[in-house]
Amino acid sequence: MSVAAKGPHASLRGVTRVYPAVEDHPPVHALGPVDLDLRPGEFFSVVGPSGCGKSTLLDVLAGLAPVSAGSVAFEGRAVAGEVPEGIGVVFQEDASFPWLTVWDNAAFALRRAAVSESVVSERVDHALSFMGLAGFASAYPAQLSGGMRQRLCIARTLVTRPRLLLLDEPFGALDQQTRLLMGDELLRIWRETGATVLLITHALDEAAMLSDRVGVMSARPGLLIEIVETRWPRDRDSTIVSRPEFGEVTGRLWARLRGESLKALELTGVGRGGMEIVR
Amino acid sequence: MSRAGFIRLLIVAVAIVGLEVACHAGLIDPITIIPPSAMAAGAWKLLISGRYTEDILLTLGSVALAAALAVAGGFGLGYGLFRLPRLRRALDPLLASYYAVPTFIFYPLFIVLFGLNRLPLVAIGFVFAVVAMAINTLTGFERVPPVLRRTARALRLSEPAALVQITMPACAPYLFTGVKLVIAYSFIGVIAGEFVLSGSGIGHEIAFAYNNFDNPTMYGLMLLLIGFVSGLNMLLFAWERRFYRRRGLT
Repeated sequence: MSVAAKGPHASLRGVTRVYPAVEDHPPVHALGPVDLDLRPGEFFSVVGPSGCGKSTLLDVLAGLAPVSAGSVAFEGRAVAGEVPEGIGVVFQEDASFPWLTVWDNAAFALRRAAVSESVVSERVDHALSFMGLAGFASAYPAQLSGGMRQRLCIARTLVTRPRLLLLDEPFGALDQQTRLLMGDELLRIWRETGATVLLITHALDEAAMLSDRVGVMSARPGLLIEIVETRWPRDRDSTIVSRPEFGEVTGRLWARLRGESLKALELTGVGRGGMEIVR
Repeated sequence: MSRAGFIRLLIVAVAIVGLEVACHAGLIDPITIIPPSAMAAGAWKLLISGRYTEDILLTLGSVALAAALAVAGGFGLGYGLFRLPRLRRALDPLLASYYAVPTFIFYPLFIVLFGLNRLPLVAIGFVFAVVAMAINTLTGFERVPPVLRRTARALRLSEPAALVQITMPACAPYLFTGVKLVIAYSFIGVIAGEFVLSGSGIGHEIAFAYNNFDNPTMYGLMLLLIGFVSGLNMLLFAWERRFYRRRGLT
């Protein structure tokens, strides 16, 4: 990892994102201002109410969306206009390429990077076996389950050896048991690759289980209102959920988030109709 | 063979045998329809005589040129409309009502523009087919999941690379449908044009045989044409099924 002078691996300074007005819709202030430093090699999660700008935060950090104000840096260099080399992104939706086999999907980014075929083979075989997909190398994504396809997308990102891995609710479409198991996989990847991980999630237990630190965001416009340190050991897995401290961390997150979630419901008008909001 | 395939084959076989029997039993006037066996014999004779080889090649060449131009032009038009939503909104009503216009009425104009040769027929085939390709291209581009476009950016693909390596394969089922329609429409445009407006090609020869009560030639040519188009269609169908199965769409 070539992080300049042991500073933050990635940082956001006064980052604001305002979506411009479109026809009859006024501009939307989605995010910020947000200040955040990601430490090298840490597992950082962001939780917040629906529509609070969590994914926007990931987009600006990845260089997928421009900032309206402020600055973003990765390894000391400004991020602007495109995704820098060294950042890998996994999205919530299935982003596998249905026209390619599992093996070719995983090799896609490496082949673009003009890496020698022997290195491609070595890394792809390793990533597929690492993600439990070695037996499906010649299958097409349509023949895989949702969880396997998401693992394939993670494998496709991992083969590029990202130093910063950005995950936008990658397990959002999976059932609870699979999410726990995928969480274990993710922790294993994080430990073995040494990458810095930023996970966007709406699941408090997932954030509490996986992270070194959890950032809690307010209702729109999204601000980081608290950062909770979990102090878990690096060598952890999903069995941590049975520890009393896990309940404390989750409780603390919810205590901070509840009011913001109520605000978000009011913003979207859910609380004005048939549903009564209990304060 | 699947059960559905067997039933399909059975229906065709029953129809052919029924027609054969009806013709031989005198239920159908031979001036109107000749027995399928006579059609097949006529088609075979025409094929080996080489008398119509030039016409067949002329027609197929015109269809191929019209189809190639329609695929290229329709793809460009569809992609342009996708990239320019305002233009698309302006042209939407015209595209929606395009096939209400009998394009054959433009044949005199094409003769003025291109002269008395095969090009007006190619133009008829082209204008008949191009919008089908454009509409399918536009629909295909619109249906590409946004996450694949974001993935292209996350993988640092340039815009042309993203178009070729992600967007086009992602909308390939729609492009494939467009190509199938283009082939069908090009055949219809060119053959129909030859039938009424040309002095050469299979369409013209069918019309000439019809006007001269030369049923074996007329039905022979029709059978050859149907055989070729059906064969081409079956080939495309088999390819499409393989393609869809791979993507889990069947």
